[in-house]
Amino acid sequence: MKTLTKWLLLTLVVIAMPARAALDIVITEGVDAARPIAVIPFVWQGTGPAPEQISDVVLSDLTRSGTFSPLAQDKLPQHNIDSVAQFDLKQWAGSTAEAVLMGSVKPLADGNYQVSFDLIDLVKAQLNHDAKAQDILLESRQSVISADQFRQFGHRISDIVYQKLTGIRGAFLTRIAYVVVNYADKSPFQLMIADYDGHNEHMLLRSPEPLMSPSWSPDGRKLAYVSFENKKAEIYIQDIYTQQRQLITSYPGINGAPSFSPDGKKLAVTLSKDGQPEIYIIDIATKAAKRMTNHYAIDTEPSWFPDGKSLLFTSERGGRPQLYKMNIATGKVARLTFEGEWNLGGSITPDGRSIVFVNRTNGKFNIARMDLETRFMQVLTTTRLDESPSIAPNGTMIIYGTTYQGKQVLAAVSMDGRFKARLPVGQGEVKSPAWSPFLQN
Amino acid sequence: MELNKLLKAMVVALPIMALSACSTTSESEVDASGSSTNSTQTGQGQDGTTGSGVQTGSVAPILSPAEQQRLKNQELRKEHVIYFDFDRSEVQGPYAQILQAHGEYLVEHPNVKVMIEGHADERGTPEYNIALGERRAKAVAKYLQGMGVMPSQMSIVSYGEEKPIDLSRTPEGFAKNRRAVLVY
Repeated sequence: MKTLTKWLLLTLVVIAMPARAALDIVITEGVDAARPIAVIPFVWQGTGPAPEQISDVVLSDLTRSGTFSPLAQDKLPQHNIDSVAQFDLKQWAGSTAEAVLMGSVKPLADGNYQVSFDLIDLVKAQLNHDAKAQDILLESRQSVISADQFRQFGHRISDIVYQKLTGIRGAFLTRIAYVVVNYADKSPFQLMIADYDGHNEHMLLRSPEPLMSPSWSPDGRKLAYVSFENKKAEIYIQDIYTQQRQLITSYPGINGAPSFSPDGKKLAVTLSKDGQPEIYIIDIATKAAKRMTNHYAIDTEPSWFPDGKSLLFTSERGGRPQLYKMNIATGKVARLTFEGEWNLGGSITPDGRSIVFVNRTNGKFNIARMDLETRFMQVLTTTRLDESPSIAPNGTMIIYGTTYQGKQVLAAVSMDGRFKARLPVGQGEVKSPAWSPFLQN
Repeated sequence: MELNKLLKAMVVALPIMALSACSTTSESEVDASGSSTNSTQTGQGQDGTTGSGVQTGSVAPILSPAEQQRLKNQELRKEHVIYFDFDRSEVQGPYAQILQAHGEYLVEHPNVKVMIEGHADERGTPEYNIALGERRAKAVAKYLQGMGVMPSQMSIVSYGEEKPIDLSRTPEGFAKNRRAVLVY
């Protein structure tokens, strides 16, 4: 009966809320360093008002990437063109943009829309006035989408543009999971999921007790997290589409810091069932727990190297929290960080070359990155009480939790520290962001 | 002065002590023995004016040292929170008294169970703070166990930085959040 009441209290719902910009981004640093690009508003070929403007999504994406700085509308020499055929190089001779994106949206009889776009290499065109259309065309595509795919397809275009111009895969078709807390509410803790830009926000779980540490499965379909719904820490895995929940660990003491292995079959976790907080690897299918560390100091925050052969973790074995690497097969442990008072909460970049973590220097907590080969450490942020860094699947950006005007908010910083942005929210404290893997191949 | 008072009280209260010595150690005991010395119409009461013009006054209850200690413990037990230094989990001097009171009560009442919550301030990472909160809760449990409280009477949970009571994120706010809470 008691459990029934608990289950009733713990409202477990997925609400199909209308998309709203809950996480409006404020770029705080780094616009000047970005590369200029021209995004001409896509031409609407239907009658009546146009649906959501796809090119606005692309414009926001490219701006948020920190890599590009789209020109203002009044700096565009040509408007109302949608293909390379209408492109007049003479008018673009003095433009600083390195590329031009243009396109059109045409309503179809079946209710769908045909979206076409061309991406022009303006630098190449400016250097060679006689270049033919196909020589300066970087990309040209045509797709049919439904009415509810406008934002998604905008992100898809951004991915293509980003990849064409940088050689790096775009991470615009991704999601973030995070925790929102409204302490005044009866059920204050909410696990949320949204597109990477904060649109399309959905609640996955609401609870009167704390929710912590969301972590994505490599297929982007499930989240592991910590819930205190039974007045103790427990690790659950929840399918973000079916709502199905699975209790993974409920040992006495800490059940924390879940992290999916790259093959999605295991979870690295922190358990204190045998005394001190230690790192364990849980086989998700059998729930068997294998102990990985054995030390009287705190060991926590395990994170997998991309090859799945080593774990990065935080340990106090040296007196203060620092980052260590463990070879899973041999159990051999090596300390990685020495600079600064504390280094903790680490994760590895997708290329396996750097680690990103929370650094404490002079009592200040900021996000830092260290090159694993040179051991060069760079503090990337200057915000306050930074924690929970999560790396974009393409390794270009870090989303993290920080404090702004007395509230917990999410912020982003580029891997080189030059671009900084803040993602404020309307209500409550926002924390524990986790950036999803790529959601489409 | 305090000791002198105590001695006097002991002499006066001998019969009552004899009575209370064989009684149970319930919480209501102190109140019961302390309510016997009401005097009426001494004319010295200042607050006891009633509608009919009479006044009542009172003197302090006469208590045995054991009872005084019990009363003091009862008062101390109203305090359920003890605080810690940054990144530390040692029980600090001022809070030992509070734990002492809870410990004696738990030893006397082996059927009573207590949940010890460990908390941290918002500095550091959430997972590290969960570990730190557990260390604080365990420090309290160990202290109580040292007094003879049975491990089966105690359970611990760490909420890390997830349940701050002060959201100001100032040094004062942090200090209030670095705590262990005894929940009966």
